Amino acid sequence: MSLLQTTNVVKRFGGLIAVNKMTFSLDEGRIVSIIGPNGAGKTTFFNSLTGIYKPEEGQIQFKNHSLIGLRPDQVAATGIARTFQNIRLFGSMTVIENIMVGMHIRLKQNPIDILFRTRHFNAEELEAEQRASEWMEYVGLKNVGNELARNLPYGGQRRIEIARALAANPTLLLLDEPTAGMNPNESEDAIKLFRRIRDDKGITILMIEHDMRVVMGISEYISVMDYGEKIAEGTPQEIRSNQRVIEAYLGRGAAVAHEQKH
Amino acid sequence: MKTLFSDLYKKLNTGFWPILIVFAFLVVGSISVYLSPRSLSAFLILITTPLILYFMKINMKIKIFIGLLLIIVILPVLGIRNIFYLEVIFQMAVFAALALGLNIVVGMAGLLDLGYVAFYAVGAYAWAIFGSKQMSLLHSIPGAAPANAPFFLDPRWFWLFIFLGVGLAAFTGILLGLPVLRVKGDYLAIVTLGFGEVVRVLALNLDKPINLTNGPQGITPIQRPPLPPEAVMQVFRNLLTPLVGHPPTDAEFYNVFFYFLALVIIAIAILVATRLEDSRIGRAWTAIREDETAAIAMGIPLVKMKLAAFAAGASFAGAVGALYAANRTFVSPETFSFLQSIGVLTMVILGGLGSIPGVIFGAAAVVLLNIQVLQNFSLYLSELRQSDAVIPIINFAWKNLSNQLDPAKYQKLVFGIILVLMMIFRPSGLIPAERRKRELVEDKE
Repeated sequence: MSLLQTTNVVKRFGGLIAVNKMTFSLDEGRIVSIIGPNGAGKTTFFNSLTGIYKPEEGQIQFKNHSLIGLRPDQVAATGIARTFQNIRLFGSMTVIENIMVGMHIRLKQNPIDILFRTRHFNAEELEAEQRASEWMEYVGLKNVGNELARNLPYGGQRRIEIARALAANPTLLLLDEPTAGMNPNESEDAIKLFRRIRDDKGITILMIEHDMRVVMGISEYISVMDYGEKIAEGTPQEIRSNQRVIEAYLGRGAAVAHEQKH
Repeated sequence: MKTLFSDLYKKLNTGFWPILIVFAFLVVGSISVYLSPRSLSAFLILITTPLILYFMKINMKIKIFIGLLLIIVILPVLGIRNIFYLEVIFQMAVFAALALGLNIVVGMAGLLDLGYVAFYAVGAYAWAIFGSKQMSLLHSIPGAAPANAPFFLDPRWFWLFIFLGVGLAAFTGILLGLPVLRVKGDYLAIVTLGFGEVVRVLALNLDKPINLTNGPQGITPIQRPPLPPEAVMQVFRNLLTPLVGHPPTDAEFYNVFFYFLALVIIAIAILVATRLEDSRIGRAWTAIREDETAAIAMGIPLVKMKLAAFAAGASFAGAVGALYAANRTFVSPETFSFLQSIGVLTMVILGGLGSIPGVIFGAAAVVLLNIQVLQNFSLYLSELRQSDAVIPIINFAWKNLSNQLDPAKYQKLVFGIILVLMMIFRPSGLIPAERRKRELVEDKE
C-alpha cells in the first residue's frame, strides 16, 4: 500500500503547464528521487504536494486522506515535512529555536500555560529543548545551539534545515536539492545521514536532486520529469539506460550519438 | 572612538565601580531634584539612573532592591514635590505599554501596523462612554447637554473596564485582522493606516444619529476610580508629610495613584510580552517575520498566528486606553491621530524592533524629548527673546528671533529625524533584540 499517491495532478501558471498529469506513487520506508532538467516542474510538484500551490486538477492521497484543498500548515500536520531548494532558515533565531519551531505542531502549550508558566509549560519547553539538542547532534552539529542560524556556514545551515524538518516527527520527508552546493565529501556525509534517517527513524524520503552520484548512490527508485510530465520511472539501473531520460538530459542529437557509440 | 567608549564601558563595569556609579546617580539625582524640583538637568540625572542600573553588572538582588527603592519610594516622594515629574513618568509608562504592544505586532511578528492608535482609542472610548454622563446624553445635541445629568456607572466599574478595554481592543484587532491579513508588507501598512483613520473619524462623527462620542468636542468629565478609604489615606498622609514638606492634597495623591496604576500595567505588560516571546507562540511569530513560507511549511497556521499577534498587541493598547481616559478625565478624537501611531512606531524603532528593554527605553526617551527637552528648549528661547542678549560675531539680537521658532512644535520633525537616522545608522535600534541563550546539555561536554 502506498504512502503517497498522486493521480493526474495538473498545475498551470497562466498558459504554462508546469506539472502535467503527474501520477506518482511512493511506498512507505523508501528513499525515492525525482530528477529532471531545470524547469521540469519538480519543485512545482513538491509545492503542489505541500499545499503551497493549489493544483488545478488531480488527486493527492497521503495515508489514504486527500491533501487537496489543505493549507500548507495542515499538510505539515498530516506528517509531511520539507526542506527548501534555497535554504530557508529563520536567520535571526538561534539554531535551537529554529529546530523548536519545527516542533510547533507537536507542542501542546496554550496561552494560559504560556502566561502563567504552568508546570506543563515548563516541562514541555525543557523536553522540547532537549529534543532539539538531540536532533542537532543527530544531523552532526555540536555546540552551535545558541548561535544565530544565519551565522552558520552553508553546510551547517543545510543540516539545521533537515533537523528542523525532522523535529516535526514526519512520516514523509521532502528534500529539495539537499546537496546543492556541497563538495563530494559533504555529499557523501549527506547520503549517510539520509540513510540513517530512513533506517533509524523509518521516515520515508522523497527528494529532488541534481547530483547524479547522490541520486544513483542512495535512491531505491527514481522518477524522471521533463516539461512537467513524468517521462520515466524505475530503479537506478533502469533509469541509467532509459532512452527518453538520456534524450531529456542531453538533447535528441546527443542521445542518438550516445546510442550509436554502444 | 567606538573602541574608546566600549573600553571605558568595560572598565567602569567591573569590580565596585558599577555600584558606585549607580549610587552616585541615585543620590545626586534625588538630592538635586529634591532641592530644585524645576531643574531639567536634575531630573535627567535621576531618570537615567534606571538605564544605568540596567546596564551595570551588579548582583541581581541589589539591582532589584535599588530599582524598587527608586520606583516605590524616591520617585513618588519627589513627584509630589513637583507633580509634573509624575506626569512625565506616567506618560512614559503609558507609551512604554503601547510600544510593548506595537512591538509584538511590528517587532516580533513583522507586521507593519500604522494604525495602532486605533486600539488605544477603543480602550479609551470604552471607559469614556460608560464612565461619564454620555450614556444619559445619547439623545441630546452635542454641546447642549443638560448640566444635571447623572453619571451612568459607579466609578468603581473602572477596574472592570481595564479588562473590558483589553477584550474590546483584542476583538477589534481580530476584526481588523480578518480582512487585512491577506495583504502583505507595504499593502498591510497602508490598510492599517486607513483603519486607524477610520476609527478616529468614527469617534469624530458618532455624535449622530445618537450622541455616542460627543464628536470633536470629546467626552468630559470621565470618572476616576476612587482613592483608597480615608483610613489608608491618613496613614500615607502622615508618612509623606515630613518627606514632602506639606500634607499632600487629594490631587497630588491622584497623581501618585495613577503613577502606581501605570506601573502595575507596565509590569504586567512586560511580563506578558516576555512570556509570550519565549514560547511556542513567540517563536511562531518570529518565524513568520523571518520567512513566511518556511514557517507555514513547519505547520504554523499563518492567519491564526497573525490574528493572535494583532489581538495581543491591541490588548495592551486597550488597557492603557482605559487608564488614559480616567487619568485625563477627557478624551477627544484628536488624541488618536495618525501622528500618535507614528510616535509609538518611532519609540519601537528607536529602542530596537523586537527588543523588550529597547522599546521601553525608546518610549521613555521619546516622551522625555517631547514633553521635557523640547518644551524646556522653547522656554529657554523665549527667555532669550525677552533679554537683551546678542549673538556675538554675527551681531544678532535674540529679540529679533521669530516667534515662529518654537521647538515644542517640532514633534513631527523630531519623529522624522529619529526614524531616518535610525534606519540609516542603526536599524536594529539602540538596544537591539537578543535571543535568549539556553543552557544546553551538549554545551557542558
